[in-house]
Amino acid sequence: MKKAIVLIRLKPSLMDAQGAVIKRALLQLGYNSVTDVRVGKLIELTLDSEDGSEVTAMVREMCERLLANPVTEEYEVLVENTD
Amino acid sequence: MRFGVVVFAGSNCDQDCYHVIRNVLGKPVKYVWHEDANLKDVDCLILPGGFSYGDYLRPGAIARFSKVMDAVTEFAERGGLVIGICNGFQILLEAGLLPGAMLRNRSLHFVCKFVHLKVETTDTPFTNLYRRGQIVRMPVAHGDGNYCCDEQTLKALEANGQIVFRYCDEHGNVTPMANPNGSLANIAGICNEQRNVLGMMPHPERCSEAILGSTDGLTLWQSIVKWLEGKG
Repeated sequence: MKKAIVLIRLKPSLMDAQGAVIKRALLQLGYNSVTDVRVGKLIELTLDSEDGSEVTAMVREMCERLLANPVTEEYEVLVENTD
Repeated sequence: MRFGVVVFAGSNCDQDCYHVIRNVLGKPVKYVWHEDANLKDVDCLILPGGFSYGDYLRPGAIARFSKVMDAVTEFAERGGLVIGICNGFQILLEAGLLPGAMLRNRSLHFVCKFVHLKVETTDTPFTNLYRRGQIVRMPVAHGDGNYCCDEQTLKALEANGQIVFRYCDEHGNVTPMANPNGSLANIAGICNEQRNVLGMMPHPERCSEAILGSTDGLTLWQSIVKWLEGKG
């Protein structure tokens, strides 16, 4: 079994309204060193496969087709063994 | 001539659209279930507003893979008229039938109010009875209506006259203040290059009867009828 972690981020060129609000709240709490906050998504998939590279390729395909929107988002796929 | 209203799991403006077509416009209309693939007797398809699949993942992302969407794509490619309203617009974007994507509203608020729109082009099957530059009032109700696309796409939209509606103030000025969601270039509605697919965030079906405060939406339905009759 493999576990795939998909990180989905808003493209850097796009304004992240949620991130901006969170940043403001953090500054209000006194975390003055915060210069930027971006909010993304994490999707965890468990796959019945032993082949890491096959899993990576398949999950990337899932990202292209469904999990991420290529117009607004970027994605990263991390694959690890489950035990 | 027959209209079809697609019903996805979580559509909630399907009955409003059906009511307007049947009782206000007086034209035949039928519901099309999202698992149907037969659009043979339909001339204009409406993808209504709502929250298909609870907006999970992204608005329209799951509905876009409904069985009916293959038929919708084929219907659109054959030149059939497709109008996506609100969630229907989001589904058309996710399906790639229109370019671009939606982001959360800039304010992060769900915006539910009447807005003013400028009719930017009357050269579509959906807007031929408006006047170019006409200012109309329609309600919006959405949390993800912040239209976005890359620079090249925006240039093409502008150059081809594919921007159909823009948010404006009551005098027709297209300003940031009049933009309810942060949408790029105040875009409220766009059509495809072939001009037979329209996506718009405002709800014409909610302003087609005087009792609802505006009849500016009725002109859109009448434009479709005029276009279909002229074609037949």
